[in-house]
Order: sequence, then C-alpha cells, then structure tokens
Amino acid sequence: MVEKDIQKTENVSATERIRNVKTFVPRVDIYENKDALFLLADMPGVDEKTVDIELEKNVLTITGRVESGQVKDATMMYSEYEIGDYERVFTLSDEIDRDKIIANVKNGVLRLELPKAEKVKPKKITIQAA
Amino acid sequence: MFRPNLWRDRRVVGTIPDMLQMQREMNRLFSAMGQKSTQDYPAVNIWEKNGTAVVTTELPGIQPEKMDISVTGDTITISGTVQTEILAENETYLRQERDLGSFKRNIQLPFQVDAQAVEARYEKGILMVTLPRVKEDLPKKIKIK
Repeated sequence: MVEKDIQKTENVSATERIRNVKTFVPRVDIYENKDALFLLADMPGVDEKTVDIELEKNVLTITGRVESGQVKDATMMYSEYEIGDYERVFTLSDEIDRDKIIANVKNGVLRLELPKAEKVKPKKITIQAA
Repeated sequence: MFRPNLWRDRRVVGTIPDMLQMQREMNRLFSAMGQKSTQDYPAVNIWEKNGTAVVTTELPGIQPEKMDISVTGDTITISGTVQTEILAENETYLRQERDLGSFKRNIQLPFQVDAQAVEARYEKGILMVTLPRVKEDLPKKIKIK
C-alpha cells in the first residue's frame, strides 16, 4: 500500500469553506446494474445529519461536514491524519429518477442508490436515518 | 580524428562502478520516500488527557465485530477486515477506490497501559480507544522533609 492509499486526498478544487478546514475527496465505489447506480463513499466522521447530496441536472454533488475531530479536553501528541470536510462532484451519464433516490449513512460510509429513469428535474435529496 | 579513449583510462573506469552504486542508492532512497507499508494502515492520531492516551483512527464501514483491539504492556494492536460488497451477477463495478482487506497495526505508547480499563468506541466510522496508564506507573509526588 502506498501513501496515497493511506492518506486522504485533499480536494484542492473544492470551494473554500468559511470554517478554516480542509476538504477531502471521499473514496468511492460505484457499481451498477440495469436498473440503478450504486455509490458507496468513505466519509468517516459524518452522519445522516451532516451529509448533503444534490443532483442538479446530471451533476451529483456529495458534501459531508465533519465536526472538529478534537477529543474533548485532550491535547494532540501525535498526528498522522487530518480532519476535514468532504466534497466530490460527479457527472452522471445515465438519467436518474430523482424521486426514488435512496441514501443512507452507516459507520461513516454513505450509500446511495440512484435508480435510472427518463426525466430530469432538479431536486434536493433528503437522507434517511441509518 | 583523435579522441582520448576514456575506457582505457584506468582512473575513469574505476569510478564507474562507484557511480552506478551511488545511483542505485539514490534511487532506493527516493523511491522509498513518501511510501508507507501496510503496517502503517490505518493512520492514527494520538491524544493525551491526564495521563490517559486516546488513539483515534478512521476506519469507515467496518462492523465492530470484525475489529480486534488488544493491549499488551505498552503496545496496542488494532486489527480487522474491511468487507467487500458482494455484487450480484448482473452488477458491475465502474469505479473501485475504497480500501478493502485486512489490516493490523501495532502502536507503542510511552507507558504501561492498564488493560482492564481500556475503552473503545466506534462511531461514524471513527474508532476511539482510551488507554489509561497503569496506576503504579503514574508519576509519584515526593514530599520534601
């Protein structure tokens, strides 16, 4: 395993946050069958309240907000990884049925099910509790 | 045309193996730079709070049962397996970036850990292990007579 696999990749192109935090690219797995696209994104530190998914035309944006990774009343002695928000944008080739999108977050992994469809209408997606 | 034959000059020939050796050495150094082995996965942050160490690490998508934490003396071992999503026959991967497989990491702390009092919590894909110091190992206050 090389370092890039161990460390999170910083999302340099992401728009800057107002809070002074870094933005990382969540690692994803995407697979499909004839009816739907499935997306799994590693976003440790987020839950269903702090993830935001938006589908505008065929552009899918995933953002995750991570509360400061500080351990209460403790001082950091040694650090190998950094904590920050997540952002990643995908252009989807298949048209997605927005009303049937299913999203949930479990153990810091976002799972999205994007059923394929005909019509394209912008809509914000709400997240189900894990 | 006259050209001094470098290969016949003993002084030059003698330095070539040295140069090659040096180049090999440099290549090794530079290729190893920034590279980490599996032993360094997962990356950890270590915190300190009144003689207690807190180790945090990001391990998204692991079932807590698949994780193993053990403490021996001053060393903590975190190991586990990240499960693969088993795809149905008609499903195909378009992209696969997430880390999969098993990992094991040993972390040595600068003190003996009270193994009985170790606590671990797994939340939102982040593992947090609290490791208190053994009482006998705590610094003792000495009174001056």
